[in-house]
Amino acid sequence: MERISILKMGRFLLVSIQVDMDDRTAMNLQDDLTERIVKDRAKGVLIDISSLDVVDSFIGRMLANTAAMARILDAETVVVGMQPSVAITLVELGLSLRGVRSALNVERGMELLQSIVHDQSERVDAHDDEE
Amino acid sequence: MLAEWIRRQEQNLALRNHLQKSGELEAHCRAFLRALLTSLEAGGGDVTAGSNWTQAREILADISRNRARQGFTPTETAIFVFSLKQPIFDVLRREMKPEELGEALSDLSVVLDELGLFTTETYQKGREEIIARQQQELLELSTPVVQLWRGVLALPLIGTLDSARTQVVMESLLQAIVDTGSSIAIIDITGVPVVDTLVAQHLLKTVAAARLMGADCIISGIRPQIAQTIVHLGVEINDVLTKATLADAFAVALTRIGLAVKKSGVPAPVRKEAAAE
Amino acid sequence: MRTTTKSESIPVRTSAEVVSVRHLTRKWAVELAFTLVEQTKIVTAASELGRNMVDYGRGGTFTVEVLEEGGRKGLRLTFEDHGPGIADLDAAMRDGFTTGSGMGLGLGGAKRLSNEFELRSVPGEGTRVAITRWKGAA
Repeated sequence: MERISILKMGRFLLVSIQVDMDDRTAMNLQDDLTERIVKDRAKGVLIDISSLDVVDSFIGRMLANTAAMARILDAETVVVGMQPSVAITLVELGLSLRGVRSALNVERGMELLQSIVHDQSERVDAHDDEE
Repeated sequence: MLAEWIRRQEQNLALRNHLQKSGELEAHCRAFLRALLTSLEAGGGDVTAGSNWTQAREILADISRNRARQGFTPTETAIFVFSLKQPIFDVLRREMKPEELGEALSDLSVVLDELGLFTTETYQKGREEIIARQQQELLELSTPVVQLWRGVLALPLIGTLDSARTQVVMESLLQAIVDTGSSIAIIDITGVPVVDTLVAQHLLKTVAAARLMGADCIISGIRPQIAQTIVHLGVEINDVLTKATLADAFAVALTRIGLAVKKSGVPAPVRKEAAAE
Repeated sequence: MRTTTKSESIPVRTSAEVVSVRHLTRKWAVELAFTLVEQTKIVTAASELGRNMVDYGRGGTFTVEVLEEGGRKGLRLTFEDHGPGIADLDAAMRDGFTTGSGMGLGLGGAKRLSNEFELRSVPGEGTRVAITRWKGAA
């Protein structure tokens, strides 16, 4: 059983899933991420699944749950690098991964997170100005 | 006997000589005879599946596939084995005692017949593989993915879409999205006369898959009849962006990626003939 | 006439062994020269059913069979357990995307990803699920 490493990049956390996870590894990842979001006061989480050639409903649910928990902790999640055959299979499976943003690769994912976080802080500033 | 065998084959293959070098034919014949001898000495047994005949089968399979590829007819391929009968019979007639001859000829005949049939079967499979490959290539050629701009792909679909073709289309579009790093794909169905439930669902699945990967799709070129069909079929197309024309879709795509088209202030160069006047 | 030309069986009791189910399925799918999408579909279906068997069936046996019928080749995966069985088959087949208990997309999803699907379950005795995917099929 392995623990997947989480990297900190500025206000964001980056996870690269390289292994065929068993259920426990996946659950540990979910726990570790939520802990790190709080500990590092992260504003965004980027999950790179470009090495995964299978994503079943369990992993899909893990990703969706992680995104939901992160949002409660005021962090956005972006999943990047989904392989075409995995995407086709997930659609056939009926898994929509609603609530999970996606981007083509790490670079795009970072851009997306930056823009989301930027928009959020702008809105807060505007709100402050109004008071 | 080898020479006689080769001579018989060359007689029948007179028209196709240019397709096969005679040196190659001789090499094949030698190899086959050697394998035949080994198998018979090992005790024979079941020709089509027995382990004794594996080498003979492999040689024949090789020859059949090659001939299938080169365009030989099935007969020309099977002749390789069948033309061996007479030369072998002649040898046996000369060398064997009359009372043993009958049985030997019969056994050998059965063996060569089965090997000949095996050759034909393998030839057939070879042809089928070629046809299947050509069909695949045709499918891929008729569904080109075009890059309109950095980050914007277009897939102009033309003709009727069946299940198989739509799947190939879906897969090549998604792969193209990864290869080019595009964030928008425009699927234009102006050239598609009929869209039934299956095709509509396949298109929607493609859009959903692209979205999971991080790219957005715009469907353009939906003709009035198709719009009616989609509504009648009750297909859920609500959260897919649709545009009447490819041009409209391209304009939207550019805006999405943060680009705008504006006048450059530099007029297009005048044609040379006109300028010379 | 359908015949089984090869088969392999492994016990599946833990979630780590579900990983083996995926690997074994992938190995056979590659050997049958399934396309990448076909492979992904069958391995994902196997993962769903394997996990179901561990979570609800208390573990069981996973069998891969290579089928041949009229020239076409296919892969049949069978998941057999002696667990509590499924009381309401209809409810089990319905997609319930739940985060807690419930089989979620397992059975329905595996069925959608396969060409053939057989389910037999007797409460108190066990469950047997078999899915088949033919090479070259949609």
